[in-house]
Amino acid sequence: MTSIPAPPSRSRLLPLVKQILLGLGTLAITLLGLLLITFIIARVVPTDPVLSIVGERATEAQIAAIREKLGLDLPMWQQFAIYVWDAMRGDLGNSIKTGAPVASEIARYFPATLELATLGTIFGTLVGVPAGVLAATRPGSISDQIVRVVGLMGYSMPVFWLGLIGLLVFYGQLDWVAGPGRLDPTYDMMMEFTLTSYTGMILIDSALNGAWDVFGNAVSHIILPAGLLGYVSMAYISRMTRSFMMNELGQEYITTARVKGMPEWRVIWVHAMKNVLVPLITVIALSYAYLLEGSVLTETIFAWPGLGSYITDALFSADMPAVLGGTVVVGVAFVTLNMASDILYRLVDPRART
Amino acid sequence: MSLLEVKNLRVTFDTETGKVEAVRGVSFSLGHERLGIVGESGSGKTMTGRSVLRLIRPPGRIEADAMTFDGQDILHASEREMRALRGKRIGMVMQDPKYSLNPVMTVGRQLTEGLRLRDGLGRADATAKAIAALEAVQIRDPARVMEAYPHELSGGMGQRVMIAMMLIPEPELLIADEPTSALDVTVQAEVLSILDGLVRDRGMGLIFISHDLRLVARFCDRVLVMHKGLVVEEIAAAHLMEAKHPYTRGLLNCLPRIGGPREPLPVLDRAGF
Repeated sequence: MTSIPAPPSRSRLLPLVKQILLGLGTLAITLLGLLLITFIIARVVPTDPVLSIVGERATEAQIAAIREKLGLDLPMWQQFAIYVWDAMRGDLGNSIKTGAPVASEIARYFPATLELATLGTIFGTLVGVPAGVLAATRPGSISDQIVRVVGLMGYSMPVFWLGLIGLLVFYGQLDWVAGPGRLDPTYDMMMEFTLTSYTGMILIDSALNGAWDVFGNAVSHIILPAGLLGYVSMAYISRMTRSFMMNELGQEYITTARVKGMPEWRVIWVHAMKNVLVPLITVIALSYAYLLEGSVLTETIFAWPGLGSYITDALFSADMPAVLGGTVVVGVAFVTLNMASDILYRLVDPRART
Repeated sequence: MSLLEVKNLRVTFDTETGKVEAVRGVSFSLGHERLGIVGESGSGKTMTGRSVLRLIRPPGRIEADAMTFDGQDILHASEREMRALRGKRIGMVMQDPKYSLNPVMTVGRQLTEGLRLRDGLGRADATAKAIAALEAVQIRDPARVMEAYPHELSGGMGQRVMIAMMLIPEPELLIADEPTSALDVTVQAEVLSILDGLVRDRGMGLIFISHDLRLVARFCDRVLVMHKGLVVEEIAAAHLMEAKHPYTRGLLNCLPRIGGPREPLPVLDRAGF
């Protein structure tokens, strides 16, 4: 009998902690790179922050004073250090248009996007994964065809068109859901003046306050745009799930499970699904990140005060601090999600852990 | 009465370019003995083995005049009845443990799954049984192997785990589909002797599928030689070297011998059959 190679030590937690620390290190470096890029963009674009503050008829002395106040007379590296330091403390500069701190403006807009994107991703996953599995287990069947066609429509129909049709049918004609915006004006006032804000996400805040009438109104507002985003991500997720699942079902360990007499639901949802999850996590995280960037078209059609419309508005008024602040937030969200999916990936795939 | 009876088995794949027949009428019967099936790649030996478990994936179809296991008709059995046979009374060991074990489940979970789900055993009882099975295939540190994932095992260990998994429910028939082809020669011998001992001790029927003629001659009681989906010769293993059929003779002529003449091995002459 040959000697048996020892399996590695059984502590499963330690590599994971190491992984998280490593991830945080990467996160810091990536964010520094992101800040460098936004910093350079701010210096390169042909909008003069000084001019946009003092106006065209300012004297030389006034311009010099503002330049000094903004720190623009300092050497570049020093300006960058100040920029990074400020960003780390949550100071992304002041909006040129409103004069308010960009960070606090984004804190108002971002939760709306977060709420919408999260709900959309949940819809997309809850529908997309079972649909993909259904299609994969009966390739070529009617259900496979339906999943394919519905998915194809999600891919190819423009979001703004779907959104408009959705509003027309479910709001205009059937009156099943509320129209654009996050709340009806009355509830909006209630939210603003009588309820405590914890997260900026109306669904969560109203539930925490026990204000169920506000919650209900918020649900009826968000259901259509979230359903729309959910449909788009469902199209993607179901296609990917189908192909991952088809691939796993052809593997030999599936035969093993069947030889063991395992029922079909267990073969698919336990044996194959555990393996499908590995690549699927990345797919879902990517589609979530895509929605988090702020779907400008959806937010515009549904008058949704989210990050996408914030950045677009800022762009049209050449409000560079606001644009770049929004970019930084999108970047942070993207990198954080990537890291989260990396960690989850290692949790489900033992081969990636060592 | 024999354990397994197969009459005129055919496995057909309907493809876009027409029908492909992988098995074209194979008949054999098996008692509590060791039957070897040999043949080249694509001769239909694996498909024959999997047909017994009715595990041919669509678009493959199984047809036969009769197929019975211990008197039970397995050609027309419902899927539920087949599931009761699989794992419990018929087991199968596949070629490469790298692919035949689920990569993201611990060995322990894969071993105890059947016991817990099918036999309703508690965690402790199932674990004890699984550890005993690992000991039976001569794994020295079973408690640690239970915690391991398949990628942490060597090929030989993986195949022993696979054998242990299939032997836990003490099946009456084991199908071993090239169980040693993916292993090193030294490990092959170990795995074979383990398999040999278990089959002998428990009086199981064994279908041993291989392309290794010498191995089959040594290991089995009787041998089916398959070619292009047909059985061309059935012969007692002890007499394999004196086989008459030109195809079997051709295969035997292609075997290299230690100390034999150092000329290129003859190419299989396909003109004769």
